[in-house]
Formats: sequence, C-alpha cells, structure tokens
Amino acid sequence: MLGLLGQATKGFGALAAAAAIVGTMGMGVAKAQETIKVGILHSLSGTMAISETTLKDAMLMLIEEQNKKGGVLGKKLEAVVVDPASNWPLFAEKARELITKDKVAAVFGCWTSVSRKSVLPVFKELNNILFYPVQYEGEESERNVFYTGAAPNQQAIPAVDYLANEEKVERWVLAGTDYVYPRTTNKILEAYLKSRGVKAEDIMINYTPFGHSDWQTIVSDIKKFGSAGKKTAVVSTINGDANVPFYKELSNQGISAKDIPVVAFSVGEEELAGIDTKPLAGHLAAWNYFMSIDTPENKDFIAKWHAYTKDPKRVTNDPMEAHYIGFNMWVKAVEKAGTTDQDKVIAALPGIKQANLTGGVSEMLPNHHITKPVFIGEIEGNGQFDVVWKTKDLIPGEAWSRYLEGSKSLVADWVKLNCGNFDTVKNVCLSAAK
Amino acid sequence: MMRLPVPPALARILALPLLALLLAVLLPAGAAHAQGQADISAIVAKFANDSYSDTTDALVELSATGSAQAAAVVEALGAGRLMFDPATKAVFIRTPAGVVDAATGAAVANPPANLSVVRANNRVRRAVDAASGALSLLNPDPVRRSEAAAAVFKSRDAAALATVEAAIAKETVGSVKEALEQARAAILVGKAEVPEAVRLLAIQKIIARGDQEAISLLRSLPADAPASLKAAAEAGIAKVEQNLKFWAVAQNVWYGLSLGSVLLLAAIGLAITFGVMGVINMAHGEMVMLGAYTTFVVQDFIRHSAPGLFDWSLAIALPLAFLFTGLVGILIERTVIRFLYGRPLETLLATWGVSLILQQAVRSVFGPTNQEVGAPSWMSGAFQVGQLSITYNRLWIIVFALLVFFALLLVLKRTPLGLYVRAVTQNRRMAAAMGIRTGRIDALTFGLGSGIAGIAGVALSQIDNVSPNLGQGYIIDSFMVVVFGGVGNLWGTLVGAFTLGIANKLLEPFAGAVLGKILLLVFIILFIQKRPRGLFALKGRAVES
Repeated sequence: MLGLLGQATKGFGALAAAAAIVGTMGMGVAKAQETIKVGILHSLSGTMAISETTLKDAMLMLIEEQNKKGGVLGKKLEAVVVDPASNWPLFAEKARELITKDKVAAVFGCWTSVSRKSVLPVFKELNNILFYPVQYEGEESERNVFYTGAAPNQQAIPAVDYLANEEKVERWVLAGTDYVYPRTTNKILEAYLKSRGVKAEDIMINYTPFGHSDWQTIVSDIKKFGSAGKKTAVVSTINGDANVPFYKELSNQGISAKDIPVVAFSVGEEELAGIDTKPLAGHLAAWNYFMSIDTPENKDFIAKWHAYTKDPKRVTNDPMEAHYIGFNMWVKAVEKAGTTDQDKVIAALPGIKQANLTGGVSEMLPNHHITKPVFIGEIEGNGQFDVVWKTKDLIPGEAWSRYLEGSKSLVADWVKLNCGNFDTVKNVCLSAAK
Repeated sequence: MMRLPVPPALARILALPLLALLLAVLLPAGAAHAQGQADISAIVAKFANDSYSDTTDALVELSATGSAQAAAVVEALGAGRLMFDPATKAVFIRTPAGVVDAATGAAVANPPANLSVVRANNRVRRAVDAASGALSLLNPDPVRRSEAAAAVFKSRDAAALATVEAAIAKETVGSVKEALEQARAAILVGKAEVPEAVRLLAIQKIIARGDQEAISLLRSLPADAPASLKAAAEAGIAKVEQNLKFWAVAQNVWYGLSLGSVLLLAAIGLAITFGVMGVINMAHGEMVMLGAYTTFVVQDFIRHSAPGLFDWSLAIALPLAFLFTGLVGILIERTVIRFLYGRPLETLLATWGVSLILQQAVRSVFGPTNQEVGAPSWMSGAFQVGQLSITYNRLWIIVFALLVFFALLLVLKRTPLGLYVRAVTQNRRMAAAMGIRTGRIDALTFGLGSGIAGIAGVALSQIDNVSPNLGQGYIIDSFMVVVFGGVGNLWGTLVGAFTLGIANKLLEPFAGAVLGKILLLVFIILFIQKRPRGLFALKGRAVES
C-alpha cells in the first residue's frame, strides 16, 4: 500500500491507473479471463525508488497505449504493480507472488543486478518471462530473461574507444561503486585497455561504498593521477546518488571536463534532473538513447510521456526506451505465437524486430540481448545531452565478454544450441553439464 | 571553469581597446593584418561545416590573426552564440541587440530563420580557451589577463609567444606578470629551436610554481630534449614532489576536519536525543532530511517570489528548519516515544517505523528524485593556501558546525531550559519533586535535538543530495560518533567527530574508501570493548537504567 500511496501525488493519471488496478484486482476471478496480466516489478519505495518509479510509470503508459489500440490477441492488458521496496529478497518474493497468485504472462522489472540475480531462480522454477531494461555487466544469459538494456560491449567499450580516439586519452581512472556491476565492468575494461596497449601504471581503479558523499580525497587523487603529463579521463560506474557529490567536488577542486573528462554509465537525464548542470558541462555519458535525439519516434514518445504524466518537465531516459522496445517486442511475440504461453513466447521472441526511438530497428538476438546503437553525449547546461558521437550501425549485445578469461570462449544461443553458456572450446553447454 | 562569462555588451566595449593594443603589438606583423578582413571570413566560413575538427582548426587560425573580430567570434563560440545557416553556410553571431555577421561584425537586417548553433565538444572548448587566452592577454582587466596567462600555460600554444612577451613587457601587476612569465616558460620549454640555457631557465621558472601542473608540464617534456634539460626536469619533479608530500598531509588533515565537521553536524542532534535522553532515535536521520527539504522549500519560494534574496536563503532557512523539525520532534515525542521510555528495543523499532513513514511521506510529496538546492554565491568557489585549495562551502560548514556546537553548549549550561534538562537527565524523580514538569522537559529536549538535526540538514543540503534517502546515510555515522565520544557528553561528540573524521581521511589514501571505512569500524568495535562508555563517560539516565 505504501507504493500506491507513493503514486497518489504523481498526478491524476497515475492515480486513476492505480485506482484501476485496485479496482480490477477487487473484481476477482470472473474478469481475469478477459484480460492478460502483465507484472511490473519496480521499487516504489526505498533507495531505488529514485530510478525505478519512472519505469513503473512508463510501463503503465505503454500498457494504456496498447489497450487503446485494442490490447493483445483481442484481450485488454492489465498491469499488476507490486513494490519490492529496494529490498533484494523481497524482489524474489514479489516475483513469486506475481507469477503464482496473479498469473501474469510476463514481468517487466528490476534495476540493480543484485535484484535480477535474486529473482532469477524464481523465473526459472516457475518458467515465466522477465524483461530487464537496464545496462548491466553481462556474463549472463538465461532462457527466461530478455535483456533490453546495454551489455558492456554496447556501452562501456564504445565509450572507451571514443575517449581514446577523439580525446586522445592515455591514462584511465576506473571509478565505481563497490558492487557487482562496476567490478565486472571494470574487469572487462581493464582487460580491454591492456589489449589496446595501455600499461598497468596508466590505469587507476577505485571503489567507493554506496551513497559515498565525501569525495575530497578521491578527487584529489584523480587530480594527482592526471598530472603525469598524459591526457587522463575518468570512466565512472559510480551509482546513482553518489554522482552528484562527486561532480560537485570535481568542480570545487577546479577540474573541468576540458582537463579530465568523466564518462559515466549510470548518469542519465533522470539523475541530472535534480542538479545544476552548468559546472558539469562537457562531461560525458554513454547510452543507447538520449532524450535530445531528434527523431519523429522520439518526439512522439516524449509528447505521449508528457501527456501521460501531465508534467511537461518530466524527462525520458535510456531504461524507459529499453522498456518501450521490450514491451513492443513482447506484444509482437505474443501475436506471432498466438498465445501468451511462456514457452511459445520465449521461442517466438528471438528474431522479432522493433523500431527503437533513435531511428534504427532493434532485433532480439538468440542470446536474448538486442541490437542497439551507442551514443556518446556531452552534458549541457540544461540537463540534457548533446550527442557528440554515435556508432554507424546497431551493435549486437554480447552476453559473454570476449576480453575476459573464462568468458571469451562462451556463447549464448537459445535458438540453435538452447544454451546460455556454450563453451566453444570444450564444445559443451556448461549449465547442462552441471 | 575558465569559460569567460563576460556579458556581450562588455565584450564589445573591451574589443575596441583590445584591437588598438593588438595593433600596437603586432605592428611587425602589420602587413598580414592589412588583409585581415579577407582572411577571417575564409576562416569563419569553416564554422559552418558543423565538424569538430574544422571548428578546432578555424579556432587555431583565428587566434593567429589576432584581430578583434576574431576575439568576438571566439567569445561567441565559447558562449554558444555563434550560429550558422545550414542552407547558405553563412556564419553569424547572435547578440542581445540582434544578429551580426561573424566575419565583419556588421549587423544583419533579416537574419535567416533557422540558424543552428555551432556545436562545441571538449576539444573545441579547449581550443576556445587557448584561442581566447592568446587573444585576451592584453585585456585591460588584470583578472582576465591572469586567466588568459593560465590558459596559455595550459595550452602551451607556441603561436602565442610573441603576444605573451609583449604582455610581459607591459605588465604592471606583479601576480599577473608572474603568471605570464610562467606561461612564457611553458612555451619555451617545449620549443626545440630555443637555446638550451633559456630552456633551463624556463624549467627553473616552472619548478618554482611547485604544483601538480608544474609536474605535469615537466613530465611531458619532448623525448628529443637535450640530456641536461631532462636531468633538470627530473630533479625539478623530485623537488616539487617532496614539497607536495608535505602539502598532501596538510590536505588530508584538512579533509579530515571537513569530514569531522559533517559528522559533528549530523551527530550533534543525536547527542541530545540519544546522548542526553537515552532514546535510541532511529528517526534522527529523517530530521536531518526534513531540514534539508525545508531549505529546498525556502529556496524554491525565494526563486519564484524574491530572487534578490537568494544569497540569504540559507540564513532564512535556518530558523524555519529548526522550528519545523523541532515541532515534528515534539510531535513524535508526545505521540510515540513518551510511552516507551525505559524500553529501548520498542523505542528502536518505533522510531525506525517513524523514519520509514517520514521518508515515504517526503517521497510522496516531493517525488523520489533529488531536489536541487543551490549554493549562495558566498559558498561557491575556493581559495589557495600554498598548495592547499580550500573550498568555501567546506570552510563554512566547519565554522557552522562549531557555532552550532557552542550555541548548544551555551543553551545547556547557561539557560533555565538547560538547567531543567540536566536536572531531569541526572535524577528524574528528584527533579519532579522539585516541581519541574518532567514530561514537558522531555518533549522540549527531544524538540531541541530534532531542531538541531534540522539545521544540520540545512548545512548538509550544500554537500549532499537532497533526496528522501538523505538521512539514511548519516544515521550510522551519527550513532558511531555519539557512542565513540561517550553517551551523554557533548564534548565527547566534538572530539569523537573530529577524531573519526581525521582518522578516516588519513586512512583513505592508503586503504581506499571501502577498506578505510571498515578499518575504522573495526577500530571502534575494539575501542568500545575496552571502554564501553566511550571516550568521555558521564552519569545520566542512560547510566541509571
């Protein structure tokens, strides 16, 4: 109920939607036959609410849109919203509740990698579908999960390439929050940089606790590291809230993007909404979508989003686009399969194509990742990003990094091999061999 | 940071004398200047290509012309006012008065409708700095000249050498002259055709700077430099690094004081509610958070109705935050905590519940995202003490934390309320027998502690995110400080906060942020084993119960 309370102030649109959910849930079994239920598993309270509440709203909007078009297979879609409250074990519990009690056809949700890992066993055991919309560290491919966010080769690697080629960076600070996503990404990046001929002494790796707010020492270390006469850049996997004090400290100590640029993988429009971005101008972010990208699809999406939230200032961001793609792919797969039966939809999904919001057409790959374009944007004074570089084509997501020992020989293919971690050297599916 | 935020009108006023000065300086190159107009229009046309490398090339060429219109174009590009027509490839500058032609500065009567901005990325911005550095070395304003010298020092643009030398000859302000000479040295060091002796002198000049920039410059000496030069640079780097080592310790101590002041601010309210009253107050962090949101509301109001008062917003927010969180505190005490005195476990659970309710309430009212709290102008920026850069916001927070601490001490030691509080804390029944309304004092004490937490929130809004989760980050640290310093003793809180702050910051460079924090917690656990009552033990209700 706390979650529903949270929505109440989000404008009447959301309130009405929330009321609709409560209403339909109250009507019970008789009506359940006529609708297809879709689970939304995003934290509406606790630390992650800052990022995940928006995704819940985006999903409600997409479902409302689809219902206006007549739903799916002639039935209306019905959103079932639960609040896992930024509590990882609760994610698993709520996922189980969605699947067994509400009998949802698919679930859209999770943000942090640890929440995804927490729900994995549930989705495998109960054979349901999870669409995961956030960029993550890779090294995973599960039959029941579809990864619509970026894998490391769709965000981290191109960003490093950009800095090395365009900004001529030779010294690298890999700064991150101390948990699985930054640690794995930095491991991949370190291996990649070394393969590009960067020496170990030109790489500085630094981890900080969640919510770190006193950046004085680290920023002065970065300053020192950057004074070796070689161009230096920071690759930041610092998570959410800790970013603001980090950028503030950078500008306090007089480090501007012109001296030491920071490229961030977790800073988007939503994160910048609460801060004065003028001192940040020129720092970079790598994403597969920016709100500022000028395409008819994107304009249309933003207009609908503003109309839905009744707030012309609400921003859109990359994970929202990932849900947009994922949701539409699911709809197409259900229509192709002619049923919401999970096995058939899982089989139908690879190969489904869906236009993304940046002018390309993303495709679901056999490894359950999608093809995405990569954009590098510079932060502007108004909290938006100016795209300064983009890949020519869409990049297919790689579940297993080709730069890590133990992972480079693995491939994921659920169509031909029916395996998420097939070892091409030993010629065996590791998960089946267990 | 060096974006030269000069209003356009001023820029135009400055441009004329600049032109005159440049003409005087560049007389030897006067022949080139005669065709200046033609040259610059050819260069300016490159801006219409909408390519970062063309823009950068054009900037380099512009700074070499030294014309006043070039300075105006560079300035406009830096400020995002340089426009081009995608159809005709004509380049314009948008000024408040209207659109002017970029190459000539002549006003354009009917500018094309769909002008696009010439875009800039970091490389372009660096080139803008370098170009405007070279173009404003002779600016009448010493601050601009000093900035320009620093920009040239960074860009080491050999083309600017003649201008730098001319500027040195004219310079009268000592500090600017020094900066200019450093800029000259930075250029000379890297030039192969300069005599070795001159380059050696230049190296000495750079060593005298004694900072990270100097090391950076010395390290980037070209590989083909003569051996004597390399040796001098090596020796210089060693010398500067030695010097910086001393400053690094000073800097860590300063950072420690700064972290200590934040800990003190966060813990000081808890020193009352937990330290003096013995209530395990898990909602303490949310009082800090409410204080920060009060600041946001005050600033929001000021932005919309009285922008002139913005620099006073924190001063206005302080009493309001104190009153608001104090009242919330009294409300919590009267409705929840007073029924739970002497039952620490239930108090812990109840106040934790209260903290969740407050968080979600704020999330519902303001939304889950961060709110922007701006810094008044007197809290922005930094100044330099030797190699130590001290930021104003950190300095003011240290001062503010100490002020709050001593004010609180004064209240407890010198006012009737303080007397009652101490009486009730030391012996409740005796105090009641003397006619003190202990229930009322409990409520007021809790209100006081909460109010102090609220004004801590006003200060912390300057350095942390104002979000519903703000308080959670401080609750553990606050308990740590109060327990370590000695429950019930304000001086213990002061000493505890600064000890932990400095210890943390001295550990961090060696152990890293994560391990440093762990080591600190281990140390506190061991310390509490040895001295369960903290640094300064005191008798109080917590001791009795």
